Amino acid sequence: MYGLVPATLTAGSFRSLSALVASATVPMAQLRLLDIAVIAIYFCMVIWIGFYLKGRSNTSEEFFMAGREMTAWIAGLSFVSANLGSLELMGWAGSAYQYGILATHWYWVGAIPAMLFLGLVMMPFYYVSKTHSVPGYLSLRYGEPARVLAAFSFALEMILMSGVNMFAMAVVMKVVLGWSITFSILVSACAVTLYVALGGLRSAIFNEVLQFVLIWGGALLVPILGMIQAGGVGGLKTKIIANMHSDSYFHLWRDTGHFADNPMGVHWTGIVFGLGFAISFGYWTTDFLVVQRVLAARNLRAARMAPIIGSFFKMAVPFIVILPGLLGLVLLQNPDGSRRQLVGEDVVAACASGSGEGSLSDPGACSSAMAKTTLPAAYQQKVLSGSPDAELHSYNQALPLMMVRYLGPGLLGLGITALIAGFMSGMAGNISAFSTVWTYDLYKPLINKKGTDSHYVMVGRLSIVIGVAISIGAGYLVQHAHGIMDYVQALFSIFIAPLLATILLGMFWKRATRIAGFLGLLLGIVFSVGMFVWVHLNPANLRYVALSDAAKPMAENVFRALWACLFTALVIFLVSMVTKPRPAAELEGLVYGVTPLPKEDPVPFYKNEYTWAILVVIIFVALNIIFW
Amino acid sequence: MHGSGIQIWFFIGVLLVIYGFMIFGYGIFELATGSYPPLVQLTSLHTPIWWGGVLAVLGVFYTVKFRPGRAR
Repeated sequence: MYGLVPATLTAGSFRSLSALVASATVPMAQLRLLDIAVIAIYFCMVIWIGFYLKGRSNTSEEFFMAGREMTAWIAGLSFVSANLGSLELMGWAGSAYQYGILATHWYWVGAIPAMLFLGLVMMPFYYVSKTHSVPGYLSLRYGEPARVLAAFSFALEMILMSGVNMFAMAVVMKVVLGWSITFSILVSACAVTLYVALGGLRSAIFNEVLQFVLIWGGALLVPILGMIQAGGVGGLKTKIIANMHSDSYFHLWRDTGHFADNPMGVHWTGIVFGLGFAISFGYWTTDFLVVQRVLAARNLRAARMAPIIGSFFKMAVPFIVILPGLLGLVLLQNPDGSRRQLVGEDVVAACASGSGEGSLSDPGACSSAMAKTTLPAAYQQKVLSGSPDAELHSYNQALPLMMVRYLGPGLLGLGITALIAGFMSGMAGNISAFSTVWTYDLYKPLINKKGTDSHYVMVGRLSIVIGVAISIGAGYLVQHAHGIMDYVQALFSIFIAPLLATILLGMFWKRATRIAGFLGLLLGIVFSVGMFVWVHLNPANLRYVALSDAAKPMAENVFRALWACLFTALVIFLVSMVTKPRPAAELEGLVYGVTPLPKEDPVPFYKNEYTWAILVVIIFVALNIIFW
Repeated sequence: MHGSGIQIWFFIGVLLVIYGFMIFGYGIFELATGSYPPLVQLTSLHTPIWWGGVLAVLGVFYTVKFRPGRAR
């Protein structure tokens, strides 16, 4: 899920975490007793669910695969919820504040086609092969080396991302509520560990569905009340054009003909092929974090329907994420009543308070940082003079600021619970996926092949506890080693694109050989790392990766993913052509064309997955035309 | 989830009922005392009352429909 976090979170936002924490001298909001009660009840509920489900998670099939008995609705909501972390909510709201509805691409073209492809085309192969994991599929298709490489990379990625996510969330709680970093980390980590270790994947899925409802219940009020205050869609547009002197904020595609024409610095080819194909298909169809939820479905039809159901909700998420960001552009106000302008995290960190009351730790750095913003000169002077009513807030705080603006006691607690729930669903997803991959794809084949079923369940439970402990360590490491955050977040795009090419060719080209799959994946990862390092050492090299001098960092991930995917496919193709293919009989159940798909019982049209997929396509196309 | 045991929708229903009545109750208190949080906007809309009500109604629906032991 972290790989789909916006550039506001990946390019310098939480880079200066220590400075950011230090800058948070005055919390954004104060919780009342009612808010605390709302949050406490939520924690009691998730732990109750964990204890309740403990008795139904005794076998490995129950613990790791939730007994494969989820309905399409449960699997679909869980599928979307595992991706709906609080950092995504806040990060994309911040991106909408900066870039307008261009940020919506990550929810529509960057998700919907891939989700439909997973449900309609790929799911039968995952499901028929009865694999427990994506690395497990690689093992069946390409052999053990490919499985171990994929499993090791994935396990590492999950643990590190869980830690980074945990720490970044604790920073948010510090900034918004003034909570201690350690308190936030320990409480949330203990709760997630308890309910996932007790109830396994079933508990994680149960809680993800609960969290999905809470996220909507807590966050939906912000756009509703914001739109009332802005005067509806017309009022919002008028105000944004008046303030920003541009109508680019309302167009998805119109200004993507050239990198320099839009504030995000992306080109439509990068959006369509890099984001819409390499990153999106990589994430939604091969990342085990989300695929695991669908594999838990009770039958093939439910497994195919789950991503389609999820896609309806995914298309709706911009309403609670992108719209609050846009509303923040025109509605947020400074204490003196002037329009509040949000800035980058680097500016907030540069203007952190010093030891003396009302003083800045480094006025020179603050002045330089603010000079790059559009903050009015008078306001910059107020900040430099340490005026208490001259607060600086970052883009990522757009959503919490909007919550504080509209939500009173009780409702604010619900909004904060939504953020906590988003964080916990993401972390539970990381940890449960890690536990499955560790147990099935690393421990079982490499360490102990002959354990009993209960032994593997015990290993799974233990790996959750140890995984969370390592995550906490990784989180604290991030606090003290600036820059690690960037590397951890880059892991996603570095790994996922080669994996996509490897799985797609394995699933749809029977000529792909074992050694080609392994080499393609390995060299693809090396190639992707090489590009990352190349641009990291000299940012000017971005123009070669993104094919334009005007490209901005946001373009890097999408183009790097695209080239890594194509490179991997090329390696697999070339190596396959000079190595001996596997007999077709061995590929049954794994590859398109040699796998007889199970006949599904006929159902009325309104229960047919193709009917709903067509409806999704119609809505998807309509939305892109409306917001062209 | 299906099969025996408590369904997730029941848990959701219970939570929404609790939240709904808490927030609705606070909204009534606000209305009765006229004490609104000073920095919150649009208090004239009495959001806690109607949003708390919506949550409570949804919660009651799910709690009753998916209560344990109910034949489906």
